[in-house]
Amino acid sequence: MQGFWQRFLGNPRVALSLLWLFFIVAVAAAAPLLAPTSPFAIVSKPFSPPFGEFLLGTDSLGRSLLAGLIYGARTSLLIAIIATLAAVAFGTLIGSVAGFYGGIIDDVLMRLSEFFQTIPSFIFAIVLVAILSPSADSLVIAIATVSWPPIARVVRGEVMSIKSREFVQAAIVIGQRDVAILVGQVLPNALSPLIVTGSLLVANAILIESALSFLGLGAPNLMSWGFQIGAGRAFLRDAWWLVTVPGVAILLTVLAINLVGEGLNDALNPRLRDL
Amino acid sequence: MGGRRLLRYVLRRLLQAIPVVLGVVILNFLLLQLAPGDAATVLAGEAGGAPAEYVQALRTRFGLDKPVPVQLAFYVKNILALDLGYSFRNQSPVLPLILARLSATLLLMGTTLGLSLGGGVLLGLLAAVWVRTWKDHVISVAAIIAYAMPLFWIGLMLILLFAIKLDWLPTSGMEDAAAFYEGWERVVDIARHLILPAITLSLFYMALYARLMRATMLEQRGLEYVTTARAKGLTERQITTRHVVRNALMPVVTVAGVQIGGLLGGSVVVESVFAWPGLGQLAFQSLFARDLNLLLGIFFISSCLVVIVNIVVDVVYVLLDPRVRVG
Repeated sequence: MQGFWQRFLGNPRVALSLLWLFFIVAVAAAAPLLAPTSPFAIVSKPFSPPFGEFLLGTDSLGRSLLAGLIYGARTSLLIAIIATLAAVAFGTLIGSVAGFYGGIIDDVLMRLSEFFQTIPSFIFAIVLVAILSPSADSLVIAIATVSWPPIARVVRGEVMSIKSREFVQAAIVIGQRDVAILVGQVLPNALSPLIVTGSLLVANAILIESALSFLGLGAPNLMSWGFQIGAGRAFLRDAWWLVTVPGVAILLTVLAINLVGEGLNDALNPRLRDL
Repeated sequence: MGGRRLLRYVLRRLLQAIPVVLGVVILNFLLLQLAPGDAATVLAGEAGGAPAEYVQALRTRFGLDKPVPVQLAFYVKNILALDLGYSFRNQSPVLPLILARLSATLLLMGTTLGLSLGGGVLLGLLAAVWVRTWKDHVISVAAIIAYAMPLFWIGLMLILLFAIKLDWLPTSGMEDAAAFYEGWERVVDIARHLILPAITLSLFYMALYARLMRATMLEQRGLEYVTTARAKGLTERQITTRHVVRNALMPVVTVAGVQIGGLLGGSVVVESVFAWPGLGQLAFQSLFARDLNLLLGIFFISSCLVVIVNIVVDVVYVLLDPRVRVG
């Protein structure tokens, strides 16, 4: 296990990314302390430029851009993480049942996941949020609904290969119940690809959430990075920082998560590194 | 391969597509049930101000006073007859509204597919040839960054740089409507409008294909047929261009086929940024008008589009790789 931590943290890309993610998580957690007013509060005249009274200036309604960024970190991370957890839970359930029982159950469940991978998932997410009416809950539901198939496929593959190993066969012979075998024997051994896929899904969830918020489908009472960009786009010509800065926040966060995911993959499968 | 066998293959793939299309129709029906209020008002385009008699007529036609399974049967029958309903917002049936926007989206998608595949394959190839040099690192880092950028933000940044600051390209739309260009001038005008949206939509996929191409090239280089080619005296350049590239293209084409759905989703965002008059912009407009039925129609037609493009990609795949059996 020591080898893993050395390989993982010794990678400078991973170390830098983790630093940025810790920073963002800390900002999100301490949002009410860092930005005492609500991100929707009008604090000054519209379009005051950056580095004045407010570090990043104010938007078209006189709201502080920085306060929006701080609260936006909260919204983006919370929605992305909860949606990913839901997708991982559902994908693991579907994938392990399909891989463990095989046969017609496997066929049906895999056709279902292929179906969800074929349909244009972002349009499906738009339709879902529009029909459930925009809120944090509908965002989580929509993102989770379009994100579970990769998890199901990864888990299924792992379960199928672990199922034929001797220790699982032994557990079957001594009469353990299926659920106990799956949870106690099979899934712990499928953990590492699950963690890698799950971490990459968080990045994807942030991108989907920001795109939905940009289109005006975000949670109406929560400030988010995508909403800030959507609100600032009409003033691109005169106040370009209103669009640029939240975009950089999304870019750095998604980039950091992707690099951590790749670093996890490299550290968990050292033999594949040269590929 | 014989033409008749290829035709049989295409027919079989079409048959396999039926459950998917049917699945989308059923999904649409379930979504209608989820919508707040009466399905008939949703079908009439909620805030569209449909007359009460029309809503009543819809209720009868879609059997909304009947039990749910009967409703489903009615719905499937209507959709499969391509009766997608009427949009009061736009004063037009849904299907022609969507078809009118299809060509703009196809133009954007086709250009993006060509640009991202061509650029991605080329960059991945170069990165693999220059592996572990600074050029490889530059390509890989650029790919990782392009992979993490939100599409709508790339679009806005490109507008800021190339349309506002440098004033080289138009900010939005598909053509200069006031100029009344004809013939070649019109083609050039549309192409100028196409550049920024196509680049915006391409960057992500270019990065994806470049990384995949690089990985498969490096994987293929260690295989036995490369050793054989080297043993019979081919130069490294010949080995790369004649053998390795052709084999490394296969996974890229496969992934490109899988990504079609994502490409259509991305075009919703890109079209609404650039006011590109395609399906995506129509979806964006129907969101604002709360015209859910139009939105569901767009979802149905774009799913069908994905299925069709997937079949086309599979056929291209068969034509590219004679080892794939279609019998």
